[in-house]
This record gives sequence, structure tokens and C-alpha cells, in this order.
Amino acid sequence: MKFGVIVFPGSNCDHDAYHVVSKHIGQPVDFVWHKDTDLSGYDAILIPGGFSYGDYLRAGALASFSPVMNAVKDFAAEGKFVFGICNGFQILCETGLLPGALMRNADLHFVCRHVNIRTENTNTPYTSELEKGKVLSIPIAHAEGNYVCDEETMRALEENGQIVFRYCDENGELSPEANPNGALSNIAGICNEDRNVIGMMPHPERACEELLGSNDGRDIFRSLAKAVTAAEARV
Amino acid sequence: MKAKVYVTLKPSVLDPQGKAIHHSVESLGYNDISDVRQGKYFEIALNDAVRETDARAAAERIAKEVLTNPIIEDYRVEIDR
Repeated sequence: MKFGVIVFPGSNCDHDAYHVVSKHIGQPVDFVWHKDTDLSGYDAILIPGGFSYGDYLRAGALASFSPVMNAVKDFAAEGKFVFGICNGFQILCETGLLPGALMRNADLHFVCRHVNIRTENTNTPYTSELEKGKVLSIPIAHAEGNYVCDEETMRALEENGQIVFRYCDENGELSPEANPNGALSNIAGICNEDRNVIGMMPHPERACEELLGSNDGRDIFRSLAKAVTAAEARV
Repeated sequence: MKAKVYVTLKPSVLDPQGKAIHHSVESLGYNDISDVRQGKYFEIALNDAVRETDARAAAERIAKEVLTNPIIEDYRVEIDR
């Protein structure tokens, strides 16, 4: 099993992601430079948070044109795992690997705090170790997390169970007050139809140790490690 | 030759930045404004030897593939000789 963490100019959560994979999942992991085009040695690719290319043009837009993202598209098409966090989610939407777009937060503020998210679908490679409805405390840190898509896409997301996490209060109730950025239908994270590609605005890699206020993020990475092991067994 | 590209949010997309600007403008005493929408403007300088039709085609392609996110934005291209 081998993980890759992509590094763009301006990524700043790459070391956090690397740390979680190596320390908490206990698996080998490499940094992958944005100019690299060979991902053949990897089972899962993490696209970390940060401000790739300074968020110029649109958050995630310029990163989506970098050489490594063509390789990520092929990698995802093979059914391998691609996990985008925060800026990584924005990049996956800009690349078209995930539907919809992430716009400026409704209140225009950069929001940096712990939020509650509810597990909407446990039948994904990223949530199998969670219970449906389980509320996780995970930090967010973004100014462009306001998820939007057209009605048709929204219907498809609902019907296919592609909505993985929603912002909620501590009891798991959805409300506008529990929505930190105005995201449509309180969406915090979605996956593609095949469920091997996921993007989420909250940072589970920053919630893997008690010392940091929460270790609720660990189950997401444990789920992914289990899915990789299962995929290896199938080959 | 210059290609000018205007990128605007689709009418159906809310624009909180435009709204905030609208409030500020109103606070200056401009009360007859019904709405403000924020967009982006790009100037692409092209070699003068390029034919205008080719310049337009190139600018349209750049606008579509790079400058715009088609899910939330529209674009318009003008060519300035």
C-alpha cells in the first residue's frame, strides 16, 4: 500500500496529510510534485489543502491545469482512490472529477474553526468505519467553501448517495446556523458516482490527535486504508 | 491586437461580494442602484500578425477553457485592433 500527497506551489497542508498517513495509518507515503506525471506506484492520492497558485483566477483553477492532474484523471479512471481536502476539493471540482463548484463563502469571511459534520453515507471507501448519522468535529479553514451546483446535479447527488458529509449542529441536526459558508443543502463533502473520488472542505487530517481538539478524522483515513487493502486483495 | 474577456457570474448565481459592494455604495448616498454584480476582466495581448478571426477564436477558447468556470460563470470576448 502506498499513498501519495500532491504538492503544488502554495499547498500548506501537505505535511499534515503526510504525517497522518505515516503516523496514524502507518503506511508508506511520498510527496508528489505537481510536475510529476507518473502515479503508477500509488494506491491512493491525497490532494491537500492550502492556496495552490495563490488562489489566482479561482481557487483550485490553475492547479487543475498542472501536469500531475492529467495523471490524477487517469488514476481516478482506473478506480483508484483520490481524496481532496479543502483546496484539494476545489481542485477536484475545477478538474471536473467532482461535480459542482466552490464559491466565496456567503458571509464573505474566511472561517477557521471546528464545525460539526454528519456522516450521510457509510457506503464509500472513506466512511466505511463510521456509522450513518455519526457527527464528527472537524476544523474548517477556508473562504471559498460555498458549494453550488445546478438542480439536475443536485438530484443526481442525492439519488446516487454522493453526498458524504453535511454541516450540522452537535446533535446532527441540519440548519442554516450550522452551515458555515452557505453551501447548498449544507454540503461539506461529496464523492463521484463510482465513489473512489471524494472531496471535502473540512480538514480531517487536522483532527487526528486529542491534542488538536479532536481525533474524529482518524476513522476517515482508517476507512481509506481498509479500502486500499481490500482493493489490493482483489488484484 | 488585444482580446478583452469579460467574465460574469451567471444570473442564477448569488453574488455576496456584489451585495457587499452595493451596501457600501448605498452608504455613500447612491440610492437609485438596484443591484451590483462583480466580475472579472482580462486583456490578452496578441501578436499583430494574427488575423482577427483567429484571435477571436483563440480568445474564445482561452475564455472557455481557463478563464471561466462554466458551472457558475459566463464570458464575452471583444477584439481591439
